[in-house]
Amino acid sequence: MNRRASVILAVVVIAFAYSLPIYMSGFRLFQFTQVCIYAIALMGLNLLTGYNGQFSLGHGAFYAIGAYISAIMMDQWAIAYGWTIPVAGVLCLIVGFLFGRPALRLEGLYLALATFSLALAVPQILKYFEHWTGGSQGIVLTKPKAPWGLKITEDQWLYLVTLTVTVVMFVLAANLVRSRVGRAMVAIRDNHIAAETMGVDSALYKSLTFGVSAAYTGVAGALSAVAIAYVAPDSFNVFLSVTFLIGIVIGGLASVWGNVLGAMFIQFVPNWAQDISKAAPWAIFGIFLIGFMYVMPYGIAGAIKRLWISQVVSRVSQKQGGEPLSSQQAESPSR
Amino acid sequence: MIGRKLTAAVLAGALLGLGLASAAPAQTVVGVTATEIKLGNTNPYSGPASAYGTIGKVIGAYFKKVNDEGGVNGRKINFISYDDSYSPPKAVEMVRKLVEQDQVAAVFQTLGTPTNTAIHKYINQQKVPHLFVATGATKWNDPKNFPWTMGFQPNYQTEGRVYASHILKNFPDAKIGILYQNDDYGKDYLKGMEDGLGANASKLIVMKQSYEVTDPTVDSQIINLKNSGANVFFNITIPKFAVQAIKKANDIGWKPTHFLNNVSSSLATVLKPAGLEASKGLITALYMKEVTDPQWSKDKGFTDWVAFMKKYYPEGNLDDQSNAYGYNVAILMVQVLKQCGNDLSRENIIKQAANLKDYDLPLLLPGMKINTSPTDHAPIEQEQLAKFDGERWVLFGEIFDAFRK
Amino acid sequence: MDIFVQQVMSGLATGGIYASLALALVMIYQATDVVNFAQGEMAMFATYLAWTFMNAGVSYWTAFILTLAIAFVGGVVIQRVVIRPVENKPILTIVIVTLGLLVILNSMAGWIWTYLQKPFPSPFPREPIRMGTVVLGTHDLGEIAVTLVMLALLFVFFRFTPLGLAMRAAAQNPLSSRLAGIRVSWMLALGWGLAATFGAVAGIMVAPILTLDPNMMGGIQIYAFAAATLGGFGSPVGAVVGGFLVGVVENLVGTYVSFIGTELKLTVALAMIIVVLLVKPSGLFGRTHVRRV
Repeated sequence: MNRRASVILAVVVIAFAYSLPIYMSGFRLFQFTQVCIYAIALMGLNLLTGYNGQFSLGHGAFYAIGAYISAIMMDQWAIAYGWTIPVAGVLCLIVGFLFGRPALRLEGLYLALATFSLALAVPQILKYFEHWTGGSQGIVLTKPKAPWGLKITEDQWLYLVTLTVTVVMFVLAANLVRSRVGRAMVAIRDNHIAAETMGVDSALYKSLTFGVSAAYTGVAGALSAVAIAYVAPDSFNVFLSVTFLIGIVIGGLASVWGNVLGAMFIQFVPNWAQDISKAAPWAIFGIFLIGFMYVMPYGIAGAIKRLWISQVVSRVSQKQGGEPLSSQQAESPSR
Repeated sequence: MIGRKLTAAVLAGALLGLGLASAAPAQTVVGVTATEIKLGNTNPYSGPASAYGTIGKVIGAYFKKVNDEGGVNGRKINFISYDDSYSPPKAVEMVRKLVEQDQVAAVFQTLGTPTNTAIHKYINQQKVPHLFVATGATKWNDPKNFPWTMGFQPNYQTEGRVYASHILKNFPDAKIGILYQNDDYGKDYLKGMEDGLGANASKLIVMKQSYEVTDPTVDSQIINLKNSGANVFFNITIPKFAVQAIKKANDIGWKPTHFLNNVSSSLATVLKPAGLEASKGLITALYMKEVTDPQWSKDKGFTDWVAFMKKYYPEGNLDDQSNAYGYNVAILMVQVLKQCGNDLSRENIIKQAANLKDYDLPLLLPGMKINTSPTDHAPIEQEQLAKFDGERWVLFGEIFDAFRK
Repeated sequence: MDIFVQQVMSGLATGGIYASLALALVMIYQATDVVNFAQGEMAMFATYLAWTFMNAGVSYWTAFILTLAIAFVGGVVIQRVVIRPVENKPILTIVIVTLGLLVILNSMAGWIWTYLQKPFPSPFPREPIRMGTVVLGTHDLGEIAVTLVMLALLFVFFRFTPLGLAMRAAAQNPLSSRLAGIRVSWMLALGWGLAATFGAVAGIMVAPILTLDPNMMGGIQIYAFAAATLGGFGSPVGAVVGGFLVGVVENLVGTYVSFIGTELKLTVALAMIIVVLLVKPSGLFGRTHVRRV
């Protein structure tokens, strides 16, 4: 899709998203706030796994760290939530970078399991430092009211804030992946030896990507602390990290749009599954997962891209006269 | 021209009429119609606490029975229950759905401490009755700050204190070893015991060992506890680990005075698998009739429950104490609704819930009653110690009443 | 000294639990290059089948054999029906499919057998073995022994039988294997079947200790992954050694390092694994892959 169409589509979608508070109830807005938060978290994971090829099964840990940083700042030092979000982002950037450096030595599967271990250890660590984190009781927060006397509810204000942060972070990410840095990231993913021969500092880029990825997920975590108004170790178990992985694969690896779609999947499909079957809702969810992977093995964004490619290809080759090429032949070999 | 003006006038009139109609007082009572009362609930039907999901199911089954018999004051109970997977964010989402979308009259028996903590503020802000929460934490009995919330079972800290006072009275030179689950449930019991032991707590407790729910066994912890020389053992474990603890202690020849928390007091799920001989001498605090204990087999409350289970919840386990618990609390909820009569407003529901006087539930121990008041939001505050004699829990001592102490 | 020995023995017992599931994980990885996230749930499901047979009056060993047979067939069927459609897709796609399988099996088990835990019988005598002041559970020893026997069988199978060789070839180089006449697709199915069987044995051995419930394998699977990572995913011996190591170190840390105590046991075990990985990125027994550029 060319740049202009893409930008126009983005503007339309964003405008639509901003209009939701006008006709949506508090509960639905709350759900869509969650979707925005998940989208940011997924964008973070996608930068690392989709664009840079480093598997992480531990992003729940950064989400938790971001959430607790925000909660502790609000609860212990009465800092306004607005400030906690960038602080959470920066701190997670540092933690991610520090984790990424030694993790460079680990390949694929082993990296995934090392990050998995991180995600597993986090609830236990949170419970241990009771004085800061409130232990298993967690920290209860208060939802912020709309400032400047605006006549909107807390839900609406929170949604607008979250949406704005989401838009900003997505624009930044989209620019990142289209830039030289983004190309370097993808090059490392596809063939890091060739990339290094071309002068890409693989070690630096991989660690940086880890850091940025952690920062995104940390920001999402901080937002979630405010939206739910409560943090507890039980909210950040292993299944959260697995859910993020599901989100990016279903949405589409190495795709910016895919993260929004993936976020909607992980937010709404479990609820639909419950509506379909009270007895075994997660079985229905599992069937959804497997079904999606059969029909769209490259995620929703991947499927849309392939569909578009096949359309373009058949039109182009028809114009040139002769046999339409298959979309397989038209795709770049490295993907 | 006339046509257009007329149409416009008619349309305006219609819109005005609609506007007036919707401005007229809305439906009087949330969640209630002439034929139905909506009650909301979330339960962990999946995830780490899914063993408790049966509570939501047995409550639904009981309400079906009540509906079959005509409902409450002519209204059927519409019990809407969602899965929260024991996750606080999910609980918040589902409770908001119940309150804002499903418009329930009251939220009832939401399960778990972290999940209930997450919705505590919200539900009080929304002024929705938050009744008989399924957790043993202490914070639900706080009518001054959270007037819409009400607990149900005796809280864990009270139970810990019951054991502590028994130890102080009967084992003055005790050396106490404690095994606890590393979460709010375990820590609450721990606090109760430590508070109950008072100033001497740090001298009397010689060792504390924790475990995570994801650990495979607690054998290592039991070994350490024996090695500490403890002669009194406070066992704060869920059934799966309680079995291991009792077995291992027996195997390595450690025979302390063994206090087992109420959560794991089931004969069928804990004592029998651990070994009835190995379980002899265990002490626990009870407030309910334990459904696999042979002493209740002819008791009317018990036989009624079995008949109910067979007819309305046949796939439920007759060995599962949770099914008795859910049955009991559902009966209490129905009593509250009955006391409301025809005024099923949220204000009256919480008012009636705080107005239970000496009410008897079929599966409570004999002599124990439900009591609530506007300053007392804890329905059950009585417990009694029992010792296992190899066959059944033998109640002894007096009924401990936290309210009166 | 006694307590040290006792904790080590206890650690070996828990380690044996991790090792048995880790073995099944490594088995599938060696045979099919896929990490099967549903391995634990498959084992749990098979154990429930065994329970159902025993509950219906079938003797322990008959139920055992029957369950293994069904598990084998089940594993093959799952590979053919569920995994094959995404065989050639990106690795993460296959991972999501195994995750889907995980939740389906867990949910179905809860639906069919309820979430109430069930005691599971042990084929070993109840009385523990006493060596001086050290007490060893007989079942714990039996379970370790079974794990080691499975390891030996696996080793012999892969090393010395033509079928085992064919499976290894199919996993490492499907193209050349096909040229050599090996039916690669069926080798994969066989791999899944065998892994499912191993998983079933693990489940049946472990259930008497853990008590049977749908979430029984959840915690263990995590440790099994840690053990397999520590030992190296390419090595069955590594998986077993990794399992024992994790069990023992966890216990010793919990006992002797007092400021950590038991509240950070898991964290320490995981930190240990990460440290090992930093020194030996493919695990203790793993072989570093040399790739041609």
